[in-house]
Amino acid sequence: MTATSTEATSPLSHLSGEQLDELGRELDSIRDRVFADLGERDRRYIESMIAMQRRLAASGRVLLLGSRSRPAWIAGTAALSMAKILENMEIGHNVLHGQWDWMNDPQINSSTWDWDTASTAEAWKHSHNYVHHTFTNILGKDKDLGYEIMRIDPRQKWYPVYLLQPFYNLLLMAFFEWGVALHDLDFEAIRSGKKSKAQIKRELAGIREKAKSQVVKDYIAWPLLSGLATAALDAALEARRGRSGRRRVRRRRGGLAGVLGSALRAGAGAYRSTASADATANVVRNVWAYAIIFCGHFPDQTYTFSPEEVEDESRGGWYVRQLVGAANIEGSALFHVASGNLGYQVEHHLFPDLPSTRYAEIAPQVKEICERYELPYNSGPFGQQLGMVQRTILRLALPGGRQRKKPGPYRAEEHAAA
Amino acid sequence: MAERGATPQVSLPRRRALRAVRALFSPLLPDDYLELINPLWSTRELRGRIERIEQETPDTVTVLIRPGYEWPGHLPGQYLRIGVVIDGVHHWRAYSLTSEPDRPDGCIGITPKLVDSGKVSPYLVRQARPGDVVRLGGVEGTFVLPDPAPEKLLFISAGSGITPIMSMLRSLHRADAVRDVAHIHSARTESDVIFAERLREIDRAHPGYRLGLRLSGEQGRIGPGDLDQLCPDWRSRHAFLSGPGEMLDAMGEHWERQGVAEMLNVERFQPMIGGAGGGGAGGRVRFASSGVEAECDGATPILAGGEAAGAVLPFGCRMGICHTCVGRLCSGEVRDLRTGEVHGNEGEMIRTCVNAPEGPIEIAL
Repeated sequence: MTATSTEATSPLSHLSGEQLDELGRELDSIRDRVFADLGERDRRYIESMIAMQRRLAASGRVLLLGSRSRPAWIAGTAALSMAKILENMEIGHNVLHGQWDWMNDPQINSSTWDWDTASTAEAWKHSHNYVHHTFTNILGKDKDLGYEIMRIDPRQKWYPVYLLQPFYNLLLMAFFEWGVALHDLDFEAIRSGKKSKAQIKRELAGIREKAKSQVVKDYIAWPLLSGLATAALDAALEARRGRSGRRRVRRRRGGLAGVLGSALRAGAGAYRSTASADATANVVRNVWAYAIIFCGHFPDQTYTFSPEEVEDESRGGWYVRQLVGAANIEGSALFHVASGNLGYQVEHHLFPDLPSTRYAEIAPQVKEICERYELPYNSGPFGQQLGMVQRTILRLALPGGRQRKKPGPYRAEEHAAA
Repeated sequence: MAERGATPQVSLPRRRALRAVRALFSPLLPDDYLELINPLWSTRELRGRIERIEQETPDTVTVLIRPGYEWPGHLPGQYLRIGVVIDGVHHWRAYSLTSEPDRPDGCIGITPKLVDSGKVSPYLVRQARPGDVVRLGGVEGTFVLPDPAPEKLLFISAGSGITPIMSMLRSLHRADAVRDVAHIHSARTESDVIFAERLREIDRAHPGYRLGLRLSGEQGRIGPGDLDQLCPDWRSRHAFLSGPGEMLDAMGEHWERQGVAEMLNVERFQPMIGGAGGGGAGGRVRFASSGVEAECDGATPILAGGEAAGAVLPFGCRMGICHTCVGRLCSGEVRDLRTGEVHGNEGEMIRTCVNAPEGPIEIAL
């Protein structure tokens, strides 16, 4: 792809400097209006969301104490998966963005929050909040996960290792939190010597600490607790059965070993089934987070930029890059909560520190601006967006490839008709 | 980091038990779940529940608060930082404790007076209800009764300046140590006298207590010239003064001139923002992390200017006490609004609530 043809398709090319400035002012004023209106209603929302998530997590954990029962395993795993999804998406991601810092709450605050994932909050805030949200979709500068290890844009140079991309794509899907944690280390910065030894050491220690507590919690502590609970229950039931039996003396003697053996077997079984439930919940959360995040920037409609294209970028230009570099996902209210309102990826990229609940409210205003300035407003149903991303990952594993067709300026009537 | 309450005094076994099960809740704490059941159970920060609200005057109430854990105590005369949520935002203010340290019911009391233009006092005086949960920060202040209490005392208070004095009086009353106390209190009108009933009770109970009430609306304000008439032996008494800045300044000079300054203790409860510190140059503030820029005149703290320009900044007491609002100074100089002192080295941690820019500055917030 030559430089001229990119310029021809650049969504900014029809806007003058003054128009970009005006666009910047209009978007700034949307942000100001929302910030001036934040209050009790918003605080109630995030507090009740956090309370609900914790109740869900607690119920899941308690159900899984009896994970040897099939229905308890299914219900517990479902509750825990949902709790982990909400914790990462609607709560963790957004709190760490500083969306709730205006409340001045000591706990619900980007400076003190930590989340249920392998990345440390500090490293993630740097790689995500700063690097990704500032250099969004600038090839070579946006170190978002996809661009680092995969070829998702035909302008990225092809290397033979990309032949394996369809496979490690699947691995990444299942173990997303670990991929993100390693990615936050920024291997390129390490290779090029931009990071001091001390900093690398500190970051590695941070990940090790996080990884340890994650593994201990999900694969040792909770399984052990359900193992102990199950063993104790089994022993109590056995002992009672033994006492009520007619040939009490004989049963008790051979019985003690029997009771213990049976309790041990039951406990070990419970340990295994709780550990498997926790692993399942982690994988469910990972796959979901992967899907939502990959749909944010890699569907066909989104634009990428070369570093030269964004030289001397104005505030308005930055807004346009955020606008066209992201894509929304259409879905129900539940879908938006479960995706941390990242279905409003466009609005999120325009205003990363605006409380997520407000994205749906401002979406019509953003669309209206897109229509007036003849800019695209990227959006599509979940299945379609995810399908496009997967198609790109498969196609670009091989050399070559073309830019996909872009949707062009947003028109309200077209969308109404569709 | 946002300001939080003081660390509560939790028994060791309880702390140990909570630490032992921590691995189950990582990266959260068992506290995060226990607080869902009862917010007072937090072992991270001390909270309290409003037990009762008593009207003192038309614009003053006493708020009695039951702390979630045993009250660690305070010295009579000290103040407490208290955090409340108003329209979704946590706000912190300091109020003198008006209760004595060891109330039998375990409660503590503050007595806020309504400041119409304020944020927290309108909430406490008009909106707060029994059952509301508040956050309790550290207890501070050096305006305290010595232990043992001096034989001869003089209290001079004006308006809501009576609040720290009340804690002292109550504490003396409870210890039955009101031996020789002269108290001069002034309020604008009869109905503005906070604790009127309580003061009269103490007056009746202790022959050693003399209350001189002055209604400044009719009789004018108390000045140093009134002292010889109101309390002829004032020079030989340990004096505790609490009230508006002008009164403290005038009295302070008087004690100084008479050569008995060592007998005087004053409570300058409100920092003197705009006092000695006024008349600075002001300047443009750039907040490095948000990129917001704000213009502050010489009397506007960096925090207030930044908020007006739309920056989301950490804040706490807004009077230079709690250090919640600190930010690292990247460049430029600032003026301390309490003292008027100009300072600023690169990398210095600046309290944005009591400092104004002196020329253009950049701060890492």
